[in-house]
Amino acid sequence: MRTQIIDKLSKEQLKDGIPDFNIGDTVKVHVKIREGDKERIQVYTGNVIARNGTGSTETFTVRRISYGEGVERVFPLHSPAVAQIEVERQGRVRRAKLYYLRDRAGKKARVKEKRRR
Amino acid sequence: MNGLIGKKLGMTQIFDDQGNQVPVTAIETGPCVVVQVKTTGRDGYDSVQLGFIEQKEQRLTKAVAGHFKKAGAAAKKVLREFRADADEEFEPGQQLDVGLFEGVSHVDVVATSKGSGFQGVVRRHGMSGGRASHGSHMHRRTGSIGQCEFPARVFKGKRMPGQYGNVRVTTQNLKVVRVIPEDNVLLVRGAVPGPVGGIVTVCKAIKKAAAAS
Repeated sequence: MRTQIIDKLSKEQLKDGIPDFNIGDTVKVHVKIREGDKERIQVYTGNVIARNGTGSTETFTVRRISYGEGVERVFPLHSPAVAQIEVERQGRVRRAKLYYLRDRAGKKARVKEKRRR
Repeated sequence: MNGLIGKKLGMTQIFDDQGNQVPVTAIETGPCVVVQVKTTGRDGYDSVQLGFIEQKEQRLTKAVAGHFKKAGAAAKKVLREFRADADEEFEPGQQLDVGLFEGVSHVDVVATSKGSGFQGVVRRHGMSGGRASHGSHMHRRTGSIGQCEFPARVFKGKRMPGQYGNVRVTTQNLKVVRVIPEDNVLLVRGAVPGPVGGIVTVCKAIKKAAAAS
C-alpha cells in the first residue's frame, strides 16, 4: 500500500521524451526562465559530470567554463523548467562521476569523444 | 469535526505549477468510522470517536468488542476522539474520508516522534559541546550546570542528557498540497513526525482557521 502510492505519485511526475544521455556527454539544456509573467528559454551548454537519484527525484549536473570560471548547475531531470535536452557530443569516460574535472583546467579538462565502431 | 486518523506513508517530491520542487508527505487518511458520539447532555462535551484500520474481532477484548457492536461498526485497531460542534450531526457507523480536507489550506499533524533513546545534550538540545582537539577532554560533555554557593542548587528544567524522542509531537500549519479521494491520500508539504507506517492524527490547522472559512 505504502510504496504503491509513493510509486504512483512519482510516476505521475515523470516526463517523457528525455533523450538517452550519459556521463561525459556534452549537452544543451533548454531552461525555462520566468521574468515577471513572461517566459523565455535559455540554453546552457556543458559536460554532464554526474547523475544522481532515481525516479522523479533524479538530477544531473552540468559543468561548463564560463568566462574562465567553472560553473556547475544541477537540474532535476523531470522538472517542467527543463524544456529540452540536446545531446551534442558523446564522451568516452571510465567513471560515473567526473568530479576530477574540477581540479583540472585548460586542455587537461577535456573529455574524449566516443568513437563509434 | 475537524480531523481524521491517518497513517504516514512516506515522503516524495512533486513539481508545482511554477515548476518548483515541493517536498511532500503522503498520509493515508481514512476511511474512518464513527464509533461513538458524545454530547453535552450525556457526556458533558461534544465530540466524535473515530476508528481506523481493520482489526480481527478475535483480537479484541470482550469489552472493546461490545463497544464496536453497540455502534454497529466493524472492529478497528485505533480509536481517537475529535471535538465536534454541537450542531453537527453524526451517526455511529458513519464513514468519513479524506474529502473532509477538500478546500482546506493548512493542517496540523499530531504523532509520536521517532525514539532516539538516551541522548546527550549536543543531540538532544543542540548545544555546541567542547573543543575537539588541543588536549581538550570536553568533547560532547554537558559543561557547567549552574553557579556556586548561591544558589547552591541546580535550577529546575535545566537541560541535561536524557530520553530523546518517542513523545507526542504536533507539527502545525502544514500546507495541503493535494487531496486524492480515490486512494484516501492527503499530501502535505514538509515532514510529519514519526516513522513511516506510524499512526497520525490530522486536524484542520487551528491557527489558520480564519483563513480557511
